[in-house]
Amino acid sequence: MIVRIMGEGQVQLDDSHLVELNKLDDELLEEMESGDEAGFRRTLGALLDSVRRLGTPLPDDALEPSELILPSPDATLDEVRQMLGDEGLIPG
Amino acid sequence: MSGVMKRMGMIFRAKANKALDRAEDPRETLDYSYQKQLELLQKVRRGVADVATSRKRLELQLNQLQQQSTKLEDQGRKALALGREDLAREALSRRAALQQQVTDLQTQHATLQGEEEKLTLAAQRLQAKVDAFRTKKETIKATYTAAQAQTRIGEAFSGISEEMGDVGLAIQRAEDKTAQLQARAGAIDELLASGALDDPTGMAKDDIAAELDRISGGTDVELELQRMKAELAGGSPQQAIEGGTGQGQTQQQPQDTPRFDKQ
Repeated sequence: MIVRIMGEGQVQLDDSHLVELNKLDDELLEEMESGDEAGFRRTLGALLDSVRRLGTPLPDDALEPSELILPSPDATLDEVRQMLGDEGLIPG
Repeated sequence: MSGVMKRMGMIFRAKANKALDRAEDPRETLDYSYQKQLELLQKVRRGVADVATSRKRLELQLNQLQQQSTKLEDQGRKALALGREDLAREALSRRAALQQQVTDLQTQHATLQGEEEKLTLAAQRLQAKVDAFRTKKETIKATYTAAQAQTRIGEAFSGISEEMGDVGLAIQRAEDKTAQLQARAGAIDELLASGALDDPTGMAKDDIAAELDRISGGTDVELELQRMKAELAGGSPQQAIEGGTGQGQTQQQPQDTPRFDKQ
């Protein structure tokens, strides 16, 4: 499974790690929906760290479609919310 | 299926597919994506410069503190020489406080230096990535332009950019579509030539051009017939003209090089 961290690159992850990541991921969504900026920051950091720790980075010139996508480490709650909002990632 | 990761992934894919439905020039998308990457690179470089500036400021402060510290030490020594132990003590205790500040600043300095190295590395990696993307992008654009010129139909495709999601996906889309376009170019050329398909773009050849094509197509058939006859006869004026190699070679297929293969 290939996960992209926006603005950073892609890592190859073993599917077995998915359960652990899913937990953080769901937590992140909850915090996003409740507007808990501090929690969002913390969980996003933890999630990104886990992905980096568990995954093997793909070389920069590898061109693989990402199956999962994570916001960049410095993305704010509002930015992510906007991305997931009705407007979606591609405006228009 | 509710986490941010999955939702972002799904949205990217949905958007990519939607973008594919809209006829859109992938070259623009690729260029836009490249632009975004350059902006990102610029941002990282500014970050490196900012950190370097802070580091230098810290170094200046450290120098000043160390000068003051030396000065206090000298004063202490002088005071002692003059028999003023109380003054010497004061100077030395002030110096001790300064030393503490120096240590703190040194720690900060080391942290900043580490940060700077990390950022520099990131900038280099990003640069490599952007360079690779540019090369790839230009290749795709050239291929696409060629395919488009051949088909002369308004078919286009789309990818999505890194900013929107995924360079890999964008490039694969572009490549797939270019290949598809090339394949279709062949089929559509044939259909148009045979008159089975009306050109929807209004770029169809006019009657004269079509007739000319038909004639030249016919000529090819005639040439082929002549060649075959000549081969059967055991010798060929055609081969002499073309500098043909070997009489046993029956694989010559002059018609088998449609224009879209030329790139």
